[in-house]
Amino acid sequence: MSIIALDAPGKELLLMGNEAIARGALEAGVKVCTAYPGTPSTDIIENLASVAKPMGLYVEWSINEKVALEVASAASFSGLRALCAMKQNGLNVASDYLLSLNLIGIEAGLLLVTCDDPSAHSSSTEQDSRPFAKLADLPLLEPSTSQEAKEMTKWAFALSEEMGIVCLMRGVTRTSHARGNVTLGPLPSPDGRKAWFDKTRQRNTHPVYQKHDQLHRNLIRLEEIFAASPFNQYIGPERPKALIITCGSGWLYSQEALELLGLEDAVGVLKIGTTWPLPTTMIIEKLEKTPKVLFVEEVDSFLEGNVKELAADFSGQIGPKTFFGKRSQHIPFFGEMNADRVIDALGKIFQVRYQARSPRYEAQAAEVAEKMLPSRALGFCPGCPHRASYWSIKNALQLDNRQGFATYDIGCYALGRGPAGYYLLKTGGAMGTGTGLASGFGKLASFGFDQPVVAMCGDSTFFHAAMPPLVNACYNKSNLVMVILDNSTTAMTGFQPHPGVGRNAMGEEVAPVDIEAVCRSFGAKVSVTDPFDLEGTKQKMLQALEDPVGAKVVIMRRQCQMLKGKEEKLPYQVRVNPEICIGDDCGCDRLCTRVFKCPGLMWDKKLAQARIDEVICVGCGVCADICPEKAIIKEEIR
Amino acid sequence: MNPEKNFYNLIITGVGGQGNVLSSQLIGQAFVHKGYFTTIGETYGASQRGGSVMSHIRISSKKQQSPLIPKGKADIIVALEPVEALRVLTHYGNPETVVIVNTRPIYPVDVISGKEAYPEFAEIEKSLETLSRKVYYVSATDQAMEMGSPILGNMIMIGALLQVNLLPLSMEEFRQTLSKNFNGKRLETNLQALEQGKKMEFHI
Ligand code: SF4
Ligand code: SF4
Repeated sequence: MSIIALDAPGKELLLMGNEAIARGALEAGVKVCTAYPGTPSTDIIENLASVAKPMGLYVEWSINEKVALEVASAASFSGLRALCAMKQNGLNVASDYLLSLNLIGIEAGLLLVTCDDPSAHSSSTEQDSRPFAKLADLPLLEPSTSQEAKEMTKWAFALSEEMGIVCLMRGVTRTSHARGNVTLGPLPSPDGRKAWFDKTRQRNTHPVYQKHDQLHRNLIRLEEIFAASPFNQYIGPERPKALIITCGSGWLYSQEALELLGLEDAVGVLKIGTTWPLPTTMIIEKLEKTPKVLFVEEVDSFLEGNVKELAADFSGQIGPKTFFGKRSQHIPFFGEMNADRVIDALGKIFQVRYQARSPRYEAQAAEVAEKMLPSRALGFCPGCPHRASYWSIKNALQLDNRQGFATYDIGCYALGRGPAGYYLLKTGGAMGTGTGLASGFGKLASFGFDQPVVAMCGDSTFFHAAMPPLVNACYNKSNLVMVILDNSTTAMTGFQPHPGVGRNAMGEEVAPVDIEAVCRSFGAKVSVTDPFDLEGTKQKMLQALEDPVGAKVVIMRRQCQMLKGKEEKLPYQVRVNPEICIGDDCGCDRLCTRVFKCPGLMWDKKLAQARIDEVICVGCGVCADICPEKAIIKEEIR
Repeated sequence: MNPEKNFYNLIITGVGGQGNVLSSQLIGQAFVHKGYFTTIGETYGASQRGGSVMSHIRISSKKQQSPLIPKGKADIIVALEPVEALRVLTHYGNPETVVIVNTRPIYPVDVISGKEAYPEFAEIEKSLETLSRKVYYVSATDQAMEMGSPILGNMIMIGALLQVNLLPLSMEEFRQTLSKNFNGKRLETNLQALEQGKKMEFHI
């Protein structure tokens, strides 16, 4: 069980921001928690799921973020506090309902947490989700530390209830995934409250005008509440030479930058925890006392734009200001924030020189960085079924010889856009997009289009967003091959179950949804193969590619090695027979290490031969079937 | 390092799958338990799939620090892989940085395919020593393999880190943290690996 349910008020723990959010929700008496997994938000629900039974919660992995928000709303309407979590792309999916829910309103506290990924460490975009709060006229909170993440979460439920609207909270990778000290608060005792929907009230968006008007009135009340919030904080001199306005992770980076530059007595820092609507009076009061303002925030110029809007309204009162931030190019428009970026901006504004290291050290380090650091391209794990699948698809497309290509969406298999998937993936983007695009390409024959198109899709993605485009393809008689890489888990985010797996977030056994039967019922022609059967998989792909009519689905099914490895022992002991491997001389052009590239293989420079790295190899045995010389030997371990 | 020091920047680096995140979490927990403010910023996610992984651990007796160490401010670097030690040094190192490095390379795919070169160990040694105050070499993976699993390499490295005695954390305190996180056989093997790292004779 996760430590987040520890009943020890006053105890100090090291908690990840996401764990702190989960704890805050428990302290607030949350009852229903929903999400679709997405880094860096996943751990919130994962932690809550692990304590669901003892804490009397209902927790689910929903099939997508919109459904997650709907399920959480139903709980709220029935008088139960609910939390819904997602990553930035997920909010786009949920936004369709969110932009109604803002008007509809809620009953019990409802908190929507979205975690952004500046620098796109584990994402396909570095979208800023804050504009959604402004778009939907809903309150937005941004924590700076783990401790604050817990306190804010707890407070957000009360705020949501008081205002009767959903409350948004935005984390970023460096708040959600950072760990810090958290002092636990008390857990509420069970209230035994009966869930009940009040039928005397309709919960819909009508009358739209009035409800929209009410949302804007709410913003005025929210500003008043936010003006007194302890989450907005100022440190620094009474009349600073410059003021940093910041939020989220920028709070600690800004303080550190000032310390390193020795500017603590000259520059003040105003941290805003309630970033929409802004606490106007508080900001204006601080603006009056300084001539210069620097904005430090992650991804877009959200604070910057909104504060400037206020400054324009109050220009007579506060006088002229010089603003620095993203628009002035003192802070980059992309990538995540850090203390060095703030130092850089302050250095330019105050014309101070800061040297982290001597020029000599800097030159030595630069030389090493340039000459001695081989890059670490991301690839599939040793023993990964995707590597084998891509191998067969590549070979089938080559044999087919009609310039075929693949489309894709989001998941581990998206790594196939690089060398790991032989650059087969040519276009994709959002969840389910691969199949939608293929459905489009598959209708272009009458315009002379004759390339085969393969839509790559994951099993979890299939449920999230790929069923509708497959129905579209079947209904509209589009010619495509959809490959479902069924590794029986949501691997990218850390192995969460999905409807095809037979287990849910609560750990209950459920009847698995049969992907094969679903596709067949839509009218697709379905075949199933084990990707480790390289020859069989290639043949099934060729058959599908050669069939000119309708939607063909090839399910390549084998459990993710990361998960399988935990449960089972290695099937094979694998080695390279040095008598047979002829290395560079073999007509194979080193198929194993140059093309297939499982990290479990090494190249022994001295012997000019392939070798197995016994630390990395998991013994799947696939490379033995790839070597044309049969130099790689697999022996079954009994 | 100044024994009166009350603020430490530690980086644990390696390649995805080496147990980097768990190591940093355990060390962080031990310090929170001792009453320090600890902040950990870690990079993982996609990086689990063969990429470089790095955890910044910031230990302070005064206040909560930001999750990322500024350029040139690492005090100690624990590297589970040799080239990763160099990679981190080039950005976060300074002439006072101490490095503890596992000697066993993990070759990137582009090295395996022959597209890029992995430096000779002697070259790595030379550059590590140029860019730091002191380097400790530990054959952690090899010893871990002898103990039955390469993953134990990270616990051997923590043992070595405690042995060099640069942080205000004792072996006994860390043992307590371990026993709060593991039990049974798992605890036993981890304690053994820790002990193994502690026994390490450093060849300098
Ligand atoms: S193991 Fe096989 S494929 Fe690899 S270099 Fe040797 S002969 Fe060629
Ligand atoms: S058997 Fe071959 S393909 Fe499988 S993990 Fe080992 S080296 Fe990689």
